[in-house]
Order: sequence, then structure tokens, then C-alpha cells
Amino acid sequence: MSNALPVGARGLVKLYGELVAVDQVDLTVEQGDVFGYLGPNGAGKTTSLRMLLGLIRPTAGSVELFGRDPHVDGAKALDGVAGFVEGPTFYPYLTARRNLRLLAAYDDGDSRSRIEGLLELVELRDRGDDKVGGYSHGMRQRLGIAAALLRDPKLLLLDEPTTGLDPAGMRDMRDLVRRLAAEGLTVLLSSHLLTEVEELCNRVAIIRKGQIVYEGQLHDLMATAATGFRLRSPELDRAKALLLSQPGIREVTSDDGSVRFQADEEAVAALSIALGQARIGVTALVPESASLEELFLGMTEGEQAEVEEAVA
Amino acid sequence: MISAVGRVYEWEILKLLAQKRTYLGLCAAILVPIVFVVVLVLQTGGPNDVPLGRYIRDTGLAVPFVVLFFMSIWGLPLITSLVAGDIVAAESHNDTLKTILTRSRDRGQVFTAKVLAVFTYTFVVVFALGLVGLAAGSIAWGFHPLTSLSGTKVSAGHGLGLLLASLLVYFLPLAGIAAFGLMLSTVTRNSAASVVGSLMFALLMQLLGVLPGTESIRPYLLGTQFDAWHGFLRTPADWVPVVRAVWVCALYIFIPVIAAYLVFLRRDVASQ
Repeated sequence: MSNALPVGARGLVKLYGELVAVDQVDLTVEQGDVFGYLGPNGAGKTTSLRMLLGLIRPTAGSVELFGRDPHVDGAKALDGVAGFVEGPTFYPYLTARRNLRLLAAYDDGDSRSRIEGLLELVELRDRGDDKVGGYSHGMRQRLGIAAALLRDPKLLLLDEPTTGLDPAGMRDMRDLVRRLAAEGLTVLLSSHLLTEVEELCNRVAIIRKGQIVYEGQLHDLMATAATGFRLRSPELDRAKALLLSQPGIREVTSDDGSVRFQADEEAVAALSIALGQARIGVTALVPESASLEELFLGMTEGEQAEVEEAVA
Repeated sequence: MISAVGRVYEWEILKLLAQKRTYLGLCAAILVPIVFVVVLVLQTGGPNDVPLGRYIRDTGLAVPFVVLFFMSIWGLPLITSLVAGDIVAAESHNDTLKTILTRSRDRGQVFTAKVLAVFTYTFVVVFALGLVGLAAGSIAWGFHPLTSLSGTKVSAGHGLGLLLASLLVYFLPLAGIAAFGLMLSTVTRNSAASVVGSLMFALLMQLLGVLPGTESIRPYLLGTQFDAWHGFLRTPADWVPVVRAVWVCALYIFIPVIAAYLVFLRRDVASQ
């Protein structure tokens, strides 16, 4: 189990009649990753996660969690795996504490001894004897994290864990995920919140209409988004004229008190020397890149949020 | 495997004990014989046209048998369906199936625990109704020897033994209805449809049993098995209806349970 990939999905397909919810999805989550699974609503994220957890049978393809297929090995494949899809759900007529005791009974090992500590961790210890039916959305999300950690997992799958939370709740949830990742937990985080993914994840996959359009390191993705440099100067006309005379500088445009251009880093270094020698003051010379949001929108443009909502 | 199913079963029972519908059914099973006895105490007439009805004021032992007869038409099938029709459908409706199926228990273990919990509830309902009826009847008319269906007197102690055996045999067709409800609950994922559907099934079985031209199939209808306990109340005991009830009910139990099991094992667990 220790050498096997936490998640390895190959050629996952899910059809609902004519509807292709997930189409040839490959996912690889490595040990220690905080893996962001990005996509607009209805792109197939939740259906993929349900297949990963063995809740939905794929039409084609295979899933392995630490080398075991949940559709072949059953619950054994979920050893060391925990999380929730489409928000955590509990028995509303039971208290939080009893819900956790119930789940501990569904687990192997001594999960029950961790209940009080986990209620403390998610700040629900004082409300542990209240029925979950009376809980707010945020409290349920936190209880969901406690329920997942009850299994002492090595891989945590979280589907939109901050959806519906207020800003403080979102911050707390992200802090918790960050802390768990720092402790060595592998996390697969499905989200449509780009700031969240940018803040937490080292690797990402972007899904659009059921198909993966990018999978890899987040910084590699961001590097592909480099769009050039921006120069600000009190002597913008002189600066622009110098720019145009410099080798390796291309596509020079000016707007809004700045000059934008394309160049490699060596040309930019030479430019900065030339600007100094020409005694042209510089207030800013910075690389510019598209935000993750711009990249995401570029990759998923035209998405119709119809697929998963129709099948979920 | 057994201890895993045992732990899930324990929580299935605890979940039932935390739900109002369980108490609704149990309260009905307890109140019906009490109300029945109170009404008979306040009136002079009686249910003379049903088995043991004419002896109802002779001994409290006759009360549960008479109540069982009346409750077999729709009362106990409804009480049973309330839980059997809900036990899987409610998990689908509340989306809690995904919560328990992403832990360490296989689907087969979860399903087995649910089947056992439904049968436990059914068993408790039958025995609660019978024993409360006996207690209420004994308070009203005493714990005296019982007149059997053959007209012979049976001592109170022996009568109690016959009552317990009768409750056990009566449980079998009710377990058949529970199994049908469980199957509907698994297949339809709709609690209300499953409760109504299994009640309709029970009523259909009763209806087929009284329609002309159905004489040849009557011994194999589920409704007929509710009268199998009559065999114990004859002198000497008639084992034919009892033995038939055992194997006929086994079919009515196993076929829907296995169908439900196969569906449960392979179903996609997506939100409703």
C-alpha cells in the first residue's frame, strides 16, 4: 500500500444513456500531493469522485486507490481513504457524537477513541450532543472533516469543502486542509473556487465537459500563462522609444500609463541596464501572467452546466 | 465477518430506536390489543364469528389469538411496512448511503444488517402485540384454561406455550411482507412508495385468498399463512399448515431479499 499511488484512475467513462458524464478521465495523485480537481459545475467532478470511492460503477476504465480497485476489492480498497462527495451527510435524528460513534462502528480499528479529540479539532465538542438535524451548513462541513479523519486516513477526498461557508469558515477550513497536508496527508480537493486551489494545491487537473483538459503541476500551468512584462516610467515616451530599439523586445504596446511587451528574461535584463544608462527612471518592471482564473476560463469556456446536474 | 455484521446490526437497531416511525409501529402494536380489551369490557357483544372469538371473555389467553386474526388483514402489514419500506429508501433520500458505504464495511454486510434489523423489528412487533394482548386480556378476564379450536380444554400453561408457538409461526408471513417492503425500498429508493406498495401486496394476497376460483393456489398465498397457527390450536395438533407455512414463507422471504441484495450490491449511489 505504501508504494502504490494514492489515486490512479485510467480511462474512466460514465455514461447515462446517451449522456457522457465522464469521458476517458485519467487522474494520478501522488503521495503528499494536495491535488486540485477543478471544473465548472456539472463538468463531471463529483461523478468522477463517486467512481473513485466505489459509489458509482464506471461504464469503462479502472480506479485504484493505493493499488486497490474499489469496484473489485470492495471496502478493502478504501483502507486509508476518507472524505466526502457533494457535502457530508449524517443521520439528522442522531447527535453528532452518536453519528461519529456509528461511523466508528462501520470502520475497522479503534476509530472510536479518536472521537472526542476530533470534535475538539473541528470545534464541535460543546455541540456534540446536539442532533445533526439542527446543525448549520458550516457545522456539518466541519463534522464531515471529523468523520473523515476518524478513519486516520492517508488520502483525503474532499468535494467542495468550503461551499456554503462564510469567509471565516472558509479560512478555517483551508487552514485545516493546509495543516493536514503539512502532516503528510495526501489530499484530493475538488473545487470550483480557484483562489482555494491556488492557495492550497501543488498539482491540478481541470475537467471540462467530462474530459481532462489539463493535469500537472500548478506552477507549470501558471508558467504557461506568462504573457509578458509591464514597464512603468515617468518618462514613458522615452522609455518606449528605447524599448523599440532594444534587441529581443517584441509586441510593444502602451496603455494606461504602462508599456507592455514580450521578451525573454535576458532581453529584460539588458533592457534594465539600458534604461539605467539612458537615465530613464523606472517605477515598475514586472512580469505579467494570466491568473488561474483566466487560464481556467480559457480552458473551460463555453461550458454548459448541464451534464452532472442532469445525472447527480 | 460475523462481528462486522454484528456491529452494523447493532447500529441499525439503534437507528430504528431513534426514529419516530419505529415507535409509531410499536405503539400501535401495543395499543391495539389494549383498546380491543377495553372496548370488549365496556360492551356485551363479541367477535363470535372469528376463531376463539366466542371464548374471549373466558380467558385472557384467547385475546392475542383474536387480535392476531384482525391485525393480519392490514394492521400488522402496515406496521411492518412502515419500517421495512423505509430502511433503505431513507438512506437514499437522506444521502447517507454514501456516508456508510465509504467506510470499511462491504455492501453485503450493510445489507445483511439491514435485513436482520427489519426482521428483528417485525419479530418484536408480533410478540409485543401478542404478549400485551395476553396481559390486557388476563387483567380483564383472568389467566384461565383455553378452549381449543377442536373444543377441548387446554391448561393455561399449555395455552401459553401454544400462544408463543403461534406467534412464531405468525411472524413468518409477516417477515414475507417485510422482505417485500425491503425489496421495494431498495429498488424504488422511495419510502412512501415502498410502504404503500408492500401494504398493497399484503392486501392483494388477502384478496386472492377470498376470490372464487383461487382455491388451488390458496394454500400457497402469503395471506393464508397468517392462519397457520390454527394447526397448533387443534387436538391433536395439525402440523400440515405449520410445515407449509414454513416453506411457503421461506420462498416469500428469500426471493425478494435476494433480489434486493443483488440490486443493492450493484446500484450506483448518486444523490436523489
